[in-house]
Amino acid sequence: MDKRDDGKPPASHDGSSRGLSRRDFIKVTGAVVPAGVLVGERLLHAEAAAAADVVGPGAVPITLRINGTSHRLSVEPRVTLLDALRDRLAITGAKKVCDRATCGACTVLVDSKAIYACSMLAIDAQGRDIVTIEGLAPEGELHPVSAAFVDHDAQQCGFCTPGFVVATAAFLHRHPDPTYEEVKAGLGGNLCRCGTYVGLRQAALDAAQRMKGGLA
Amino acid sequence: MADYQWPQADDRSLIGKRISRLDGPIKSSGRATYTYDVQRPGLLFGKLVLSPHAHARIVSIDTSSAERMPGVQAVDVIRDAGQEVLWVGQEILAVAAETDEQARDAARAVKITYEKLPHLVSDVEPAQAGDRAEEEAEQVTGDPDAGFREADATIEGRYGSSVITHCCLESHGQVAEWEGDNLTVWASTQNVTGLVGQYAEGLQIPAGNVRIITPMMGGGFGSKFQADTWGLSCARLSKQAGRPVKMMLERDQELLVAGARPSIHARVRAGAKRDGTLTAWSSQAWGTGGITSRGSVNLPYIFQIPNRRSSYVRVSTNIGPARAWRAPRHPQMCLITMAALEDLAAELGMDALDFFLKNVGIMGARAQTYRQELLKGAELMEWKKKWHPRGDQTSGPNKRGLGLALHTWGGGGHQSNCNCTIHPDGSVEVSLASQDLGTGTRTVIAIVAAETFGLPLDAVKVNIGDSRYPPSGPSGGSTTVGGVSSSTRRAATSALNELLAKVAPSLGVEPGQLEAVDGRIQVIGDSSKSIAWKQACAKLGTTPITASGRRSRDLISSGVGGIQMAEVSVDIETGVVKMEKMVAVQDCGLVIDVKTAESQVHGACIMGVTYALYEEKLMDEATGLCLNPDMEFYKLAGIGDIGEIEVHMMTGPGYDDRGVIGLGEPPVISPGAAISNAVANAIGVRVPTLPLTPEKVLAALEKKGGAA
Ligand code: FES
Ligand code: FES
Repeated sequence: MDKRDDGKPPASHDGSSRGLSRRDFIKVTGAVVPAGVLVGERLLHAEAAAAADVVGPGAVPITLRINGTSHRLSVEPRVTLLDALRDRLAITGAKKVCDRATCGACTVLVDSKAIYACSMLAIDAQGRDIVTIEGLAPEGELHPVSAAFVDHDAQQCGFCTPGFVVATAAFLHRHPDPTYEEVKAGLGGNLCRCGTYVGLRQAALDAAQRMKGGLA
Repeated sequence: MADYQWPQADDRSLIGKRISRLDGPIKSSGRATYTYDVQRPGLLFGKLVLSPHAHARIVSIDTSSAERMPGVQAVDVIRDAGQEVLWVGQEILAVAAETDEQARDAARAVKITYEKLPHLVSDVEPAQAGDRAEEEAEQVTGDPDAGFREADATIEGRYGSSVITHCCLESHGQVAEWEGDNLTVWASTQNVTGLVGQYAEGLQIPAGNVRIITPMMGGGFGSKFQADTWGLSCARLSKQAGRPVKMMLERDQELLVAGARPSIHARVRAGAKRDGTLTAWSSQAWGTGGITSRGSVNLPYIFQIPNRRSSYVRVSTNIGPARAWRAPRHPQMCLITMAALEDLAAELGMDALDFFLKNVGIMGARAQTYRQELLKGAELMEWKKKWHPRGDQTSGPNKRGLGLALHTWGGGGHQSNCNCTIHPDGSVEVSLASQDLGTGTRTVIAIVAAETFGLPLDAVKVNIGDSRYPPSGPSGGSTTVGGVSSSTRRAATSALNELLAKVAPSLGVEPGQLEAVDGRIQVIGDSSKSIAWKQACAKLGTTPITASGRRSRDLISSGVGGIQMAEVSVDIETGVVKMEKMVAVQDCGLVIDVKTAESQVHGACIMGVTYALYEEKLMDEATGLCLNPDMEFYKLAGIGDIGEIEVHMMTGPGYDDRGVIGLGEPPVISPGAAISNAVANAIGVRVPTLPLTPEKVLAALEKKGGAA
C-alpha cells in the first residue's frame, strides 16, 4: 500500500480524529507482522484520546455530506463509511468486496482524496466532503473517466469498476498527464478478477487527454 | 423471406465489428444494480455460522442467547447436532437481524460444541493419503513400452497445479422475499432459469411460485450454478421473519466454501525420436478437489501420442468442495502436458515451436488451426528472434525466456429460448432469461437482433436476467453466446418475416423479395422501393408481432483451438517472475462483437497470469485451517503485474463459416503452461508446480546448482 502515490493511504493514516479507530485496531492487529510496531505506538495515542471522547457502543446520530447533500443518520460507532453508504443510505455504487483495505472496490473521495470506504468509520467521515461514484456526474451523464472506461471496455462484470473509476479520477487529479508506467503504479490499489487491466490502462491514459480537453 | 442463416461478411453491419458493451455506461457510472446492491423495504441481513473444524461431529447447538440478541428476527439451523461437518466453512446455521452488525453479533453468540475427527487437508500424494485415495482405471492406447523403445530421447518429470479458488468479487449470495406463497430471489447466479427448480425442490414449493432475478452479476467463473445451502437458508429465514433477507457471503466465507479448482499433479515420462516425432507417453496423475470431485483426467492433453498410458487417483480431502472453474481440468491437464513436452524438446535440443510444429499431425481435429495459430503467434511474439536454448546465458540476474502452450475447448450452445416482439410504434424487444456474467451477453443479443432488423443497436431493448422470460440454460462451458445468438437470430428472423408479409402488398411484391436494411424495408437491392421501418410497423395496427426462437445448431458450432506464448523475466537472486508479454491467438468461429471478445481473451490471460504466479489455497495440516481466506494473502494480479498482452482473433474464411462458438473458457487454459515453460526457458530448470512463487523458483535453481 505504501508504494502507491495516488493519494490513497489506508484510512487510518488519513488524519482521523481518533488516531486509531476500533475497527482499524481490529484490522491492523489481525494483519501482518510489520504493523505490530505501528499499533503499539498508535494504541497509546488512541487510549489517551479515548478517555476524553467516548461514543457508543449504541447508535449515535451523525451527519454525512455525500455528493453535496447532507444526510442525517444514526449508526453504531463501529459502522464503516461503506456500510453507512450502502446499507443505510442506499448509495450502492461503492462495492463491498474484501472489506479490509485490499481491493479498492469501495473507493470513494473524502476531501478529494481516494480512500477505502470499508476502512473508515462513518463517524470519522463527519465534516468531510464525501464524493461517491454517483457524485462524479449527474445521472444519465458520464464523467470523462467513465466514458473512457466504456470506450476501452475497461469492465466486464463491472463489480470492480466503480472503485476503479473513482481511483482513476483521483489519480488523474494528481497526475493530469501520466505516463503509462505511472498509470500502472498509480492504480495498483485496486483489484479486478475478470482481468480488465489492459482496457483500464488505455482508459486512464485516454481519460487524461479528455480531461485536459476541458471535459472535466 | 429473410434467411435464418448468418449474413455474409459483406452484408454484416454490426456482427463482427467492434461495439462497446451496452451496459458499459451504467456500470462505469456506478448505477448498475447487482444482487449485493438490492434494497427492499424492511430488509433484514443474514449471516452464516460456519464450521471452524475440517472434520468434526456437531455435539450441541445452543442458539438461545443469539435469539435474544438485539435485532435478531430469525434463526435457521442447517445442520443439527449429531451431524458431521467435513470442511472448515461447512454451513451450520444462519441468523437474520435488522442490521449487518447485529447479524454478525448474533452469529458470534451461537454456542456450538464439536467432537473433532481426523482430517486431511494437505495436497498429498496418493501414497500418503491412505484410504482417501481412490484409483480410476488405467487407460492404455497403442503399445507404450514399444513407444519408449522407439524413442531417442526420454524425459521424466513431475508437474502440477495447486488448489485455487474462484474469488468472485461479488460474493455468492442472494436476497429472498416472500409474498404469500410466492418467492422472489435476487441471486448472483450463472443459472437464472435453473435456480427456479432448485429453490422449488429445496423448499418443497411449486416451481411456479419461484421467480429468480439477476439484474447484474459480479463474476462467477463456474462457481455460481446452484441455489446453495445459503440460498435455501436465506429463503427460510425470510419466511420465518416475514421480511426480505439479504445474505451475501463475507470474503473469508467466499474463499473457504464458494468454490475451488482441484489440484492435479502427475509424474510423467515422455519419449520422442531425434527429429521430434513423439512416440510414447506415460503418466500417473493425482489430485484433490475436496471430499468428492467429479470429472476424469485425460492425459496427454490434445497430443494424441500413438502409444500412451495414463492413470488417475482422486484424493479426498477436507478442504471445501470443488466447483467448475473456468474450463474445468483443462488448465491443469494443459500444464502437465505442455510442460513435459517442452522439457522433452529441451532434452532434444529443439526449439519448442519447431517441436510443436513437428507434431501438428497428432493434434486432432484442429491441427491445421493450431499450425496457423502457431505461425501467427510466432510472428507477433518475434519468437525466432527472441528464443534461446534452455537457460538465458546473458550476464546479470535477470533471465528472460519464452514459452508456449495450446488448448482446446468445446463451446456449442446451451438451451436457449427467445421471444422477439416488434411493436406497432417500431420499437423492438428481445426477451430471454439468460444472464450476463460480464461476458457481453446482453450486447451480443442486441447486435444479433439489430443486425437482423437492419436497425441501429439502440433501437433494440434487451430483457434478460429474469426467470419470467423464456428459459435459458446455465452460463457454463462457453455455451451462452451460441445459445443466445442462435435463438435470438431465429426469433428475430421469424418476427421480421411476419412483418415483411404485412408490408409486401403495399410495395406490390412478394414478401420473399423484401429485406430489412438501414432502418427500412425495401425490395432486395433496390432502395427506391422501400418503406421506413416505423411506417412498416405502423401497419400492424394495435397488435405487436411476437415470435419465438430456439437455439439452432446450424448457426453455431463447437470445438476451438488456441495457442499462447509467454515471455517472462526471472530475477534469479530473488526468484521473482515478471510477466513481460503474452500473445494469445484464438479461434472461436464467427465473432459477434470483436471488442468484447478481445476483452474475454485479455481477461483470461490475466486470470492465467494470476493462477500461474500467485494463487493458491493454503491449508495447514496441523489445524485443518485455510491460511489465506482473505485478499491480502490470497493474491490476485494487479494492474502492474501482467506485462503486455496481444490478442489476435482468427476470423474470416474458414473460421466465420463455422458459426458462433463460445469463448469464455479456452483462453484461460494455456497461460499457466506457457508461463511455466517460459520460466524453464529463462532459468534452465523446471519449476514443477504452479504457482511459480519466488520460493519455488529459488528451490528449483538451488536443486540445479545455481545460475541459469
Ligand atoms: S472493500 Fe474496501 S478495499 Fe476492498
Ligand atoms: S470487471 Fe469483474 S472484477 Fe473487474
